[in-house]
Amino acid sequence: MPNYSWPPMSTRAVMGKSPKRQDGLEKASGRAKYNSDLNKPGMLFTALLHSPYAHARVRSIDTSAAEKLQGVTAVRVMAAAGAEVNWQSQEVAVVAATSEAVARDAVRLIKVDWEVLPHMVKEDDLGKVGNRAKPAGEQVTGDPDKAFKEADVVLDGSYGMPVLTHCCLEPHGQVVEWKGDVVNFWPSTQTVSNVGGDLAKNLELPATQVKVHQDHVGGGFGSKFAADRWGIEGARLSKASGGRPVKVFLDRAAELNIAGNRPSAYAKIKIAAKKDGTITAWDSVSWATGGMGGGGMPPIPYVYTNIPNKRLNHTAVATNGGPLRAWRAPNHPQASYLTCSALEDLAAKLGMDPMVLFAKNVQYAAEARRETYLYQLKKAAELSEWSKLWHRRGDSGSGPVKRGLGIGICTWQGAGHASNCKATIHSDGSVEVELGSQDLGTGTRTIIGQVAAETLGLPLEAVKVKIGDNSYPVSGSSGGSTTVGGVSSSTRIATVNVLEKLFEKVAPSLNSTADKLEARGGKIQVKGDATKSLTWAAACKKLGVQSISDNGTNDQRNPRGLNTAGVAGIQVADVSVDVETGVVKMNRMVAVQDCGLIVNPKLAESQVLGACIMSVCGALMEERVMDAMTGRVLNPEMEFYKLAGIADIGNIVVHMDIREENDKRGIVGLGEPPTVGGVAAIANAVANAIGVRVPSVPLTPDRVLAALEEKRS
Amino acid sequence: MQAFEYASPSTLKEAIGMLSSKWGEVDVLAGGTDLLSLMKEYTHTPKKVVNIKGIKELGGITKSGAGLKIGATVTLDELVSNATIKSEYPSLLEAAMGVSSPQIRNMGTVGGDLCQRPRCWYFRQGFGILGQDKNGTSLVPKGENRFHALFPQAPAYYVNASSLAPALIALGAKVQVAGPNGNREVAVADLFVIPKSNSGRELSLAANEIVTSITVPSARGVKNATYEVRQKQALDWPITTASVALKMKGSTVSSASIILGHVGPTPVQAKAAESMLNGKSLTPDLAAEVGKAAAQGAQPLNGTAYKAQLVRTAVKRALLEALKQRA
Repeated sequence: MPNYSWPPMSTRAVMGKSPKRQDGLEKASGRAKYNSDLNKPGMLFTALLHSPYAHARVRSIDTSAAEKLQGVTAVRVMAAAGAEVNWQSQEVAVVAATSEAVARDAVRLIKVDWEVLPHMVKEDDLGKVGNRAKPAGEQVTGDPDKAFKEADVVLDGSYGMPVLTHCCLEPHGQVVEWKGDVVNFWPSTQTVSNVGGDLAKNLELPATQVKVHQDHVGGGFGSKFAADRWGIEGARLSKASGGRPVKVFLDRAAELNIAGNRPSAYAKIKIAAKKDGTITAWDSVSWATGGMGGGGMPPIPYVYTNIPNKRLNHTAVATNGGPLRAWRAPNHPQASYLTCSALEDLAAKLGMDPMVLFAKNVQYAAEARRETYLYQLKKAAELSEWSKLWHRRGDSGSGPVKRGLGIGICTWQGAGHASNCKATIHSDGSVEVELGSQDLGTGTRTIIGQVAAETLGLPLEAVKVKIGDNSYPVSGSSGGSTTVGGVSSSTRIATVNVLEKLFEKVAPSLNSTADKLEARGGKIQVKGDATKSLTWAAACKKLGVQSISDNGTNDQRNPRGLNTAGVAGIQVADVSVDVETGVVKMNRMVAVQDCGLIVNPKLAESQVLGACIMSVCGALMEERVMDAMTGRVLNPEMEFYKLAGIADIGNIVVHMDIREENDKRGIVGLGEPPTVGGVAAIANAVANAIGVRVPSVPLTPDRVLAALEEKRS
Repeated sequence: MQAFEYASPSTLKEAIGMLSSKWGEVDVLAGGTDLLSLMKEYTHTPKKVVNIKGIKELGGITKSGAGLKIGATVTLDELVSNATIKSEYPSLLEAAMGVSSPQIRNMGTVGGDLCQRPRCWYFRQGFGILGQDKNGTSLVPKGENRFHALFPQAPAYYVNASSLAPALIALGAKVQVAGPNGNREVAVADLFVIPKSNSGRELSLAANEIVTSITVPSARGVKNATYEVRQKQALDWPITTASVALKMKGSTVSSASIILGHVGPTPVQAKAAESMLNGKSLTPDLAAEVGKAAAQGAQPLNGTAYKAQLVRTAVKRALLEALKQRA
């Protein structure tokens, strides 16, 4: 049985180093082609007709005028007579035409007779949602009543965060061509190996008939797993148009309205504690929405899950908004924000340093992570100059600009997904590895190459990584921060296996046996005797005309110690708030993050940087604004759906927690965990700066000034 | 976008001849940074679009003893690169730099900045300039109005979107307009009106008139500054702006002009605040008092009360900025 385990940290030549992202130049120069860039010969364009109402029934729909418009090749109705639509912008029909302009004109010719039904789109006040509330039932642990009665201090706080949208820069969509019994599918997807099957099922075709190809993805964040309603209709439009390729990419408004969102989260939280900051009980009434299906249920109390006495009441609220989709660490940013806000407020009430309070209660975190959190709190304090810069809440000087610091905390699982890899060594010395995986911009291509190169003793450039096609071995969806663990493990196993075959071929020429050989520094050599060696090229030449290949599988039930789950992270935000304008400015964000064995520290840091930027957006700017009267999303664009620019993000300091003890656990995913604690950290920093809790994010000037006004009165 | 006829005349006379006396039939294209999005959303569905960027006489900045003449198609980038603007008109420079996207400064024009349409999200979603439902009731007062007016003029609750107007008004600038009946001149302050209906316009121009230039009096001896409150440093709309122009007599203010932007359907002149400065030496305390006075008379909507604080701050800070200048 070959030894698949990772080489020790000290001997790694390619892994653990930070080579540049393999497709970086291609992307930065604009040469990288995303599927939304495709322009196939004879391609048709589409436009969707969206519901103008948040809740309505189609009495009748007439597409005849659209069908007659010159240039229109096919029209599909997505909400037929009698159908009920449950959110504004829900798809009603889709048109394929020879140009986008014709398609859009055609959509405007479709006549719909609507029966408008009552809608409800706002959930921030639980008292006003009526029968749209779906309580999950009370959960009680221990004796919270007794604990509250005996508490030295009780914190009572209210916190809220609105629905966000994924706002992918490459919108959802696909180019699709259904010709004969084959469907060629070029989607923007997080699951190259599986999305074809989803499409096939909907088209009632065998999955073998759908060919999927994708080189790059312009953002997914959890929202791009399905073939999507519009992708399925796109295929039907293609068939109805004689098999011409059809492009169905959403425009910006549709992207924000119908392609998924992150549920809101609101909570009234009570915490009982002793004078020394030890928490004794938790009581929360929380609610959320993510459309008609209600919302997610944030796992609160977050991280501090073992608080002995708890009472939890959560209510899902059904609203007439677009449906939720997974959003980078589903439910966790909400849970972290709610929990850490209450902890910071408790510390302020006790007059304690929150660093001390967060650390003191680490006893309630999962045992396996406690030491890590304590280490990380200390590291984050050091990097944020906590002891120098932190002050008691509101004790921030007389000038109009107040500085403050705050903490946020994260945890995540992130094991390796099921993944298969095929590795091939050719007699000319070239090497390729193939996986039906995808690179979401995280650097998956580069990581796979590094693992293969490390195993084969080659430089990174010597390995050709082939991903993005469902003809390659099946690899998992990129969700749950599972890709790096999955693809690294399958690649490791495949390359070890194929290297064994090479060893067997060349052992006789080295007067040795396969088990005594190793691949290092571009050579195949006898272990412990570098004088007995062949260059890689010379060794591969021994293969004659026959290339060799082998496979590797990451079996989730037995990851062979190559990957594992469970990480911790601490973030500290440092902000300045202008109390005369309510404008919050980021000074610094410190992120201390553990993620086991790190294949490429630069790419890992890059993930954390991006996550921190998302947190700045979520804490200060992002919000889907719903209009109660019309039921519409008022900001389905990037003008008032605000995202940070470079000038808004401050200095982001990333400390990857690279230590032998973390490394030996194997690889753990990183995409999601660093997005979790940032909003909490920023909200807490603002409370620390201005001396009062702003009850809901984003911390826009109107909310900050209103909180200050309330404090004064 | 609805299909349209496109024309690119080289003379002003030709251009005017192509316009219609009825709003909505023909649109004038300069930088296109607003018009194109209006057309894509079918908010504007012109039959014809007349590009005026090829008309030489509408370009260029010329300086004379009386002040500056800025051609309507001068881009914001040309404006901020002009030496006289930089030295003599810091309030205009700051206002134009507040359009913090180089791409928009490169394309957007001075005339376009004045003539752009409001950003009100009800208007942009097709509910008309007054944001009214089918019964003629405005959706704004009971709706989401955090970016709307602090000084509404019912039935108009939107805010004027121009970045340059407050500074131009404070400096006493005028707009030259050409139409089929010849040329006329209006104060920038008089360019903006309250629309008569939900399909009406917020400019005092006729549909067949074109803004040709803007003249700004000399600002020698006039301390001027703009302070813009904007949430993001990256591209974002101002939430509230104050532009001030102070005519000085030695170290005292002989007359003051204080104009507020993004708080009303037209730029708002803070008259009571202005008069507090007459004959006074400007001090930080006085600046704060003037700021407070500027917010008086506000009639906030349920979401815009915070803008009163922004007015107080913006006016105070603009005055303090002006105070730093050598007249």
